[in-house]
Amino acid sequence: MKLKIYLGASCPPLQSLEYKTGDWGTMHAFVDKEKCTGCKICEQYCPDLCIEVKEFEDKKHAVVDYNYCKGCGVCASVCPQGAIKMELKELFKV
Amino acid sequence: MKKVVRGFYAVAHSVKLCKPHVICAYPITPQTEIVENLAEMYANGELKNCEYITAESEFGAASILVGASAAGARVFSATCSQGLILMSEVLFNAAGMRLPIVIVNTNRALSAPLSIWNDHQDSMVLRDAGIMQLFVENNQEAHDAVPQAYKIAEDKRVLLPFMVCMDGFKLTHAYEPVDLLEEEVVDAFLPPYQPQIYLTTKKPVAMGCYALPAYYMEFRVAMQQAMERAKSVMEKIYKEWAEVSGRDWGGHIVVEYPDAKIFVVAMGSLVGLLRKVVNDLRKEGIDVGLIKIRTFRPFPVENLRKALSNAEKIVVFDRSVSFGYEGPLSIELKSALYKYSSADFYSYIVGLGGRDMPKDFLAGIIRDVANGKEKPGVAFKGYKEFEEVIP
Amino acid sequence: MKFFGSGHGACPGCGLTIAVKNTLEALNGKCFVANPTGCLEIISSQYGRNAWGVPYIHSLFENVAAVAAGIDAALKAMGRRDEGKIVVFAGDGATADIGIGTLSGAMDRNHNIIYICLDNEAYQNTGHQQSGLTPPGEATTTTPVGKIFPGKIGKKKDMVAFALAHGCPYVATSSVAFPADIRRKVKKAASIEGFAYIQIHSSCVTGWGIDGNQSIEVARLAVETGLYPIVEYENGKLVSVRKIKDRKPVIEYLKVQRRFRHLLKHPKGKEIIERLQQIADENAKKYGLDG
Repeated sequence: MKLKIYLGASCPPLQSLEYKTGDWGTMHAFVDKEKCTGCKICEQYCPDLCIEVKEFEDKKHAVVDYNYCKGCGVCASVCPQGAIKMELKELFKV
Repeated sequence: MKKVVRGFYAVAHSVKLCKPHVICAYPITPQTEIVENLAEMYANGELKNCEYITAESEFGAASILVGASAAGARVFSATCSQGLILMSEVLFNAAGMRLPIVIVNTNRALSAPLSIWNDHQDSMVLRDAGIMQLFVENNQEAHDAVPQAYKIAEDKRVLLPFMVCMDGFKLTHAYEPVDLLEEEVVDAFLPPYQPQIYLTTKKPVAMGCYALPAYYMEFRVAMQQAMERAKSVMEKIYKEWAEVSGRDWGGHIVVEYPDAKIFVVAMGSLVGLLRKVVNDLRKEGIDVGLIKIRTFRPFPVENLRKALSNAEKIVVFDRSVSFGYEGPLSIELKSALYKYSSADFYSYIVGLGGRDMPKDFLAGIIRDVANGKEKPGVAFKGYKEFEEVIP
Repeated sequence: MKFFGSGHGACPGCGLTIAVKNTLEALNGKCFVANPTGCLEIISSQYGRNAWGVPYIHSLFENVAAVAAGIDAALKAMGRRDEGKIVVFAGDGATADIGIGTLSGAMDRNHNIIYICLDNEAYQNTGHQQSGLTPPGEATTTTPVGKIFPGKIGKKKDMVAFALAHGCPYVATSSVAFPADIRRKVKKAASIEGFAYIQIHSSCVTGWGIDGNQSIEVARLAVETGLYPIVEYENGKLVSVRKIKDRKPVIEYLKVQRRFRHLLKHPKGKEIIERLQQIADENAKKYGLDG
């Protein structure tokens, strides 16, 4: 099949979502659901737009999308509750 | 309606009828009065749904056109010389982004030394940009070229910038009778611009993305293919123009005396003078014909091969130099005729920086070629013998 | 609907995307983005990997203000201004150095543009060379630390003054350390007719020599030391200033970054640190930061 290219190197929106950056680095962010108050501060800061406060039956709390989390630690550094910990991915635990 | 107007006005009037949404202006001699004339029309409310922007430089002007064209607008600017090469980074970019920007270049020499006078060196800098170039002979042809430029550039088979090249001073400042177009004629010929892709919040796209080696080359090949398609689109639109306006400027090239043994090849306003020269020389019994190259990009290789296959001697008058080689028009022509012609080439570089090219001077050169007094090769003509010294 | 997508190629902890995301959300995605060549362009607009959910254009390095001006003119001429605001995201080099000519033109004509300078204080995309917005004492690859020179000798250009001198109706600074401040200022800028210049201090983990998780803390220190005053002007009048409680000495900010750490050892380092402290003190006085 012939390669399709968009006129003048234009692109449709949000193609980057296909690129899972969750495998970058060695760390991931983990949210302590008990401590998290769902204040959304982490949402405002996450450079990879991959932490989101979601409503659950019992409470709302932040959820990390590990497809994209690069493990930078920004969310953990700004969390007023200390509810986010940076930990090695399973793969790197010896 | 026929009126005696200057070259500037012939262009400005035609631009107005093409109804551009955005016009950018930055002054440079000998272009300035084109944008001044448009400014006057703007000030008088004659340009509807149009924004006239005074840019901070030609670089800015071209960049404004890129933004406006990407947003789906029909755009116009005019420039030349230093202004054109200041625009050049943007124009290469616009071609790659496939934006159908139309500009008029009032051909002028490049510095140094600074010269405001006419030659074709500025156009040649943009030769490899992916921009179509049409050289006109007189102000009526310049007037007629603008609507055609938009129609060709905006054709979805093409989508590349278009530059109408008219000789600075020789045409821009000349008063000539010009049959000024009526709005209805242009309206019927040139439909409103329907961009294939454009910036809108209704359907977001990203334009001007960078390409990794795995993709870059395809986009450049696509530009070449668009240029190749432009050849037939242009021929079709040139013909269509002849029908609607009643003025037939010919195709990519115009051949006079097709069976001649000697051919003179040139572009721009010089062609007008050469026509007279050629006719006079024919009366002397010299079998000379004339080729006017209108479309310089895409280069009309096939047409030139056909027209020159039986020529014995080819005389090229270049108005610019590729330093370290020879005149660009001559280079292109030789390349086009490789294996298609056994003619001797007489490549002359003339009229740089507005140097006069009187009729007798041109006739003398061609006569010498015909009589065998000139050897085939490359030469500058019309300069004084000199010695370079230190002040 | 996302306005900027995950999966972009920014370094972990990059400040740029924090500013971008908060700007786009403040405008609810009703905008056109123009972006010159630079870090943000490279991480977001690779062919086939476009991260933008809003209309986006990249043309060249030095022409973004003119490109945005062209979009403004086009929307006006075609009666499409209700589609959204025009937002520029440009780096400090594109803004204060190579693109300053087109920026001046666009400011002068007072186009309806929100121009955001993402100031990470050097050409970070090409590997950390000095720009007009690199502060004194910073070691970059073109102002390296040597036996004689302690990094950059010159000063940081005052682009706020540049914007004010052009009569821009809205001029402000902000920092990625304060997303709520960014959102408020972008909304304010959107409500104003004419050119808005917002300079946002954006942390760069690789250029500054910090870890990703220090990105916000270090950006906050720049504000808390008085080196990066957060201010806001409307029609040339100072209308708001972010006050600092217990302003910290600049050394607190300098010592945590690789780009400044040499100042602690270099023979001329003391002199530079004193100069930077003097800049912070003057900022505090000029804007009344303390309090």
